Amino acid sequence: MINQVAALGRIGLEVVRQYGKAGIILYRAIFRVPDIRKGFSLVVQQIYAEGVLSLLIIIVSALFIGMVVALQGYHTLSKFGASQQLGPLVALSVARELGPVVTALLFAGRAGSALAAEIGLMKATDQLSSMEMMAVDPLQRVIAPRFWGGFISMPLLTIIFNMVAIYGAYLVGVKWLGMDAGAFWSNMQSAVDFRLDILNGIYKSVVFGVVVTWIALYQGYDAVPTSAGIANATTRTVVYSSLAVLGLDFVLTAMMIGGW
Amino acid sequence: MDNIVEINKLAFLRNQRVIFNDVDLDIPKGKVTAIMGPSGTGKTTLLRLMGGQLIPAKGSIKVAGQEVPRLNRRALYQLRKRIGMLFQTGGLFTHLTVFENVAFPLREHTSLSNAMIRSLVLMKLEMVGLRGARDLMPSELSGGMARRVALARAIALDPDLIMYDEPFSGQDPISMGVLVKLIRTLNDALKLTTVIVSHDVQETLSISDQAYVISNGRIIGQGTAHSIRNDPSPSLQQFLQGLPDGPVPFHYPGKSLAHDLMSEDLT
Repeated sequence: MINQVAALGRIGLEVVRQYGKAGIILYRAIFRVPDIRKGFSLVVQQIYAEGVLSLLIIIVSALFIGMVVALQGYHTLSKFGASQQLGPLVALSVARELGPVVTALLFAGRAGSALAAEIGLMKATDQLSSMEMMAVDPLQRVIAPRFWGGFISMPLLTIIFNMVAIYGAYLVGVKWLGMDAGAFWSNMQSAVDFRLDILNGIYKSVVFGVVVTWIALYQGYDAVPTSAGIANATTRTVVYSSLAVLGLDFVLTAMMIGGW
Repeated sequence: MDNIVEINKLAFLRNQRVIFNDVDLDIPKGKVTAIMGPSGTGKTTLLRLMGGQLIPAKGSIKVAGQEVPRLNRRALYQLRKRIGMLFQTGGLFTHLTVFENVAFPLREHTSLSNAMIRSLVLMKLEMVGLRGARDLMPSELSGGMARRVALARAIALDPDLIMYDEPFSGQDPISMGVLVKLIRTLNDALKLTTVIVSHDVQETLSISDQAYVISNGRIIGQGTAHSIRNDPSPSLQQFLQGLPDGPVPFHYPGKSLAHDLMSEDLT
């Protein structure tokens, strides 16, 4: 019995230690920003690596998701004679839920895993240690720009996802199924509230951007510097990020619906 | 002060395992000092302790008169600008060219013009014989070339002390000969202090002014190359001559062979 309690205590301490280390990394990533001259170009490079290089998967996924939601929605709404409400259905689904959540999941798979693997490999090949020995702080030079790159990229990717998904729905609803374009757009415009629907979705994406990038950076920085360690770090990044995004989505949605 | 590094009563533990216990070690200025010992004795750990990347459990580590474990981050980084370190893997940044790797510390710590940085980088690369390879990526370099680029980067800020972690491991005879000559030449030409951590006995002793041999967390031999070679200590001679059995046993500790063969436990 005592052994079980001790084992539970050890696990508890380990969890607290991990959260503490991750918290320190997040704190330093936020507050140890490189000076503006060097830092700006580093952050722009990371926006390219994390954001621009994720565009293809975001655009293709958004197009198909928008098309599928439109197709499913049209057939369901038709049963109630409400097919004219397809525009609001798609726009609200995408802006409030699908946009931020699916973008975050895809970002975790595409950019998060790449971040964890890159930093883990830098650690395994002594690049981070040699940087430290050259009196250059890796948290400032490597981690902080990547954090800000993810923080800035995620909301922008979400906005692009939303626009492409709605366009995909337009293609299916109007161009294929023959809905009236005016009804599609005007119903959407009257049903969607900028602050409650669009901005709340963007707020979610900002939170997801912080969390996914934080998890990826911590997993890479804390990886065991072996090939198996890097593989584990990459896997954990995708799994933890996905779970965190889905869990936080529920919490944030509850807060937003509760009128926070 | 004649010693650039002074280590007194050093103790260091990793996961409750004693790596160093009561180690005293001095690195004199301007000399090449070798730190040798079998794999896993903590030679690299000792370099990391000197560089402030690890904190000792007990004892004092003074580098250039400063107590390294007690320095704050700013002071430690100031000290590190005076130290060059060559890692076993080279530690080159894989996304930068050879030129940019060597220019990295100059760009980070100086406000020199691009033209001045270019001249300095080319001079450092010329010293290691790789000026012509400046546009190559690290993935295009051989192991020996990568170490020479890392060496050029380590001396980019003209340090007082340079530390080499296993510079000869995995090198072909030509690369090894080049590195051995370079380390000695750079030490004398640039008036550096050099610390080489290695288990390549002959090559390391051939260019060392003095040497320490570490085993089981303590120093088992020290002195000039000549005195180390002639030390009668069995532990030292086993290491120097590469004898398979001796104070460091050939067999990993375990139950007797007869016990294992007769055992009914099939695991």
